[in-house]
Parts: sequence; C-alpha cells; structure tokens
Amino acid sequence: MPPISRGFRRRHTDVDSSRLPPGQYETHDFPVLSAGPTPHRSLDQWTFDIVGAVTHERGWTWEEFQALPSETVTVDIHCVTKWSKFDTTWIGVNVDRLLEAVQPIGDYLVAYCDGGYTANLPIADVSGGKAWIAYEYGGEPLDPQHGGPARLLVPHLYFWKSAKWVRGLRVTERDEPGFWEGYGYHNYGDPWKEQRYWSD
Amino acid sequence: MAQPPRLSWRLATIRERRNETPRAKTLVLEVPDWPGHLAGQHVDVRLTAEDGYQAQRSYSIASAPEDDALELTIERIDDGEVSPYLTDEAVPGDQFELRGPIGGYFVWDGSSNAPILLVAGGSGVAPLMAMLRHHRATGSKVDARLLLSARSLDDVLYREELDALDRPVRVHVTLTRDPAPDGWRGFTGRISENMLTAVGPEPAVAPYVYVCGPTPFVEEAARLLVELGHEPARVHTERFGPTGG
Repeated sequence: MPPISRGFRRRHTDVDSSRLPPGQYETHDFPVLSAGPTPHRSLDQWTFDIVGAVTHERGWTWEEFQALPSETVTVDIHCVTKWSKFDTTWIGVNVDRLLEAVQPIGDYLVAYCDGGYTANLPIADVSGGKAWIAYEYGGEPLDPQHGGPARLLVPHLYFWKSAKWVRGLRVTERDEPGFWEGYGYHNYGDPWKEQRYWSD
Repeated sequence: MAQPPRLSWRLATIRERRNETPRAKTLVLEVPDWPGHLAGQHVDVRLTAEDGYQAQRSYSIASAPEDDALELTIERIDDGEVSPYLTDEAVPGDQFELRGPIGGYFVWDGSSNAPILLVAGGSGVAPLMAMLRHHRATGSKVDARLLLSARSLDDVLYREELDALDRPVRVHVTLTRDPAPDGWRGFTGRISENMLTAVGPEPAVAPYVYVCGPTPFVEEAARLLVELGHEPARVHTERFGPTGG
C-alpha cells in the first residue's frame, strides 16, 4: 500500500478521466520538450525521404509534399512527462499514403530528424490510419518549437514517438532504438499501459 | 550502453525541509536502496490522496551523486496540484513514492575535460546545481561557468552556496525584474549575446552547454548560443515551468 499524503487532494475534478491514461494530468497549454536547440529549416531546403528496407526509395520536396492529399485529424496527445492535451487538431499526410509509394520490406522504422533526433516504431504502428506527417497545428503552419516545418504524429503512443522536425523514415528489418529509447525510455511507449521507462 | 537500474517505486521519507527562496523549498529525502544517480537526472514523485487518487510529477535531483541524501528543490506553482503540497504541507517524517533516476542525456558525469557552461532560468538551476556539487565533491579541475537568470536577488536559489564557489567555477547572476540592489555588480536584464560572450567560454573551446528553465528562456538561450557559434549537438536543453504542476 502506498503511503497516504494527508492534505493532498485532487485539484481538478472537471477532467474526463476516461480519456486520461494512468499517471497523466490534463493541460491546456502546449508544453515544449526537446533535448537541444530548435532547428530552423527553410522550406526550399526541406525534403522528406523514405529509405532503407523498401522496394522503391522515394523523396518529396516541400512543394510535392504539400500536393499530396492531406487529412485533418483531432486527437488526444500524451507526453511521457505526464501531461496530456485533448482535442488537438492537425493537418498532415497519412503515413499509409507514403508507405504505398515505397512498399516497405522491413517491419520497423526509424524516424530521423533535423537536429539528429530519432525515434523507432513498428511499421504496424504507423499503418492503418494511425499516423501522419503533420505540418499544420490549430489552423496555422506548425511552429518550429513544436516540430515545424513537419513532425510525425502518432497519437496512440507517448508523444516522444511523434518525432519533431522529421525529415524521413528509414525502414529497417530489425528494431533499432531511437534517441530516448537509448536513454532508458520504453522501446514501445503505450500510454495506456504506462510504458514510460525501459523496465515498465 | 549499460542497462540502467530497473525503475521501481521506492518509499521516500522526508528528513528535512529547507527554505530556499520565498517560493522554493528543498526536500532532503531518505530513500533506502537508492541506486545512485548522475548529476542532471530527475525522479518521478507519486502522491496518493486519502481517497486513493494519485498524481505523478517529475523533479530534478539537486544533490550530487556523492551526497548522503537525495535532494529535490520544488518551486511552488500556485495553481498546481503537487508542488503546493510538497512546499507547504509535507513535513519531516512524511513519506511518498519516488522512482528514478530518469534521463541519461542531460547529465554531466565529469569524465570529460571539456569546459562546461551552465545556463539557468529561475528554478531551472536545480539540475545544474547537482552538476556544480558533483564538480566540487570530486575536486574537478574542469572550467565551469554558470549564468543564472533570476527575477530578483531573493529568487536566486542556493545563493550562499553559489557565492562560496571558487575557481575553476565562476558564477554569474542576472536580475531581470526588480531594480538591482545598491552596489550590485552582476548583470541586469534578460539574457543576451553580450552577456553570454562575457560569461564564456568561447565556442572555439567547444564547451558542453546545459540550459534549463522555462520554455521561453530555454528557446531564447539555445538560439543565442547557436548564433554565437556553439555546436547545436553540444547544447543540451531541459525545460520546465508552470506546466510541471
């Protein structure tokens, strides 16, 4: 039994707790977390590539990427640092559309980013309408602080998997830990199972 | 990389509660079987209310790995849920759950001879203090500089301890809000390129840089550091602020 902290009590009772994974609290801000300085990539130097264990490697310029069919999605997001934010609205390209173009052979991928950040995911977790490359948030171009020009959006996993400043996906045959996964965070990161750290 | 210690919840007992500033207190904790930590790492704290409600928050460790107790410095967030309990109501002898250490990137273990530049906004100095305490405890010869931005002199955490640090550590404070006290010889105003240049060390000597504070502070400091020529990959950032609750 955990010790009871007398005098400690829930402050916010108006939260829809069915939407809140264990150990999370709701925030209305949009906190920023990153391991280093925010990179600033100009759009004429931005490309998005899918490489590695695929049938056809493929790249898109910013203009080509913008011409792809986009979707508007409204989702709840959950950060491993304990905040959750409900009903966030994004515009981006469904990752299914991108994978169709390359025909993955491997079962995993590493999202790679400006600034050197990486995150690993099973292909299954970015397929079937579960992930997007998002470039607008709340009706505005995605701010660099939050990962602009574009970030991966995989809302069913802790938000570090939604790699900011994403520039491509490297498809791999074996699962390779990304940046935080190499520093003790969970390899998969399901917020509903509270998979925060490697031993969870 | 070696597998870190398994992260299980442990029982922490408050040994002492120390006032740091009007808004911040340090909790000195006994944690049986604490596996040790690196300077810069943090812990998760979990509180349980009488009705079974639980809340978790992360706090940086302010003590050095060499210290005999684990210290967390908590800034009171007025509309927060966890911090007002920890700063106002928790007293020595009280217990709560804790697990860690967490985070392996924002750390300084003293194994490199490269200089370090620590840049803190407000209570963001806590994990940087762990680095300076580790530096002192090991008698490190590494050139270490701290630039601490605080609203007023009263808001400077660990002031006496920072004042007592000596070469090769150099401490600089800038006061951003209240008029500086008479005879103040430190900086005033928001962090700037000139201030960072005066603090040094210059980018050419490739210091490891650690920036911690609220997001707008960290964004601005990291941007200035990169503009000055610091290699982005050497600039480590950690952010916290009111959302930390």
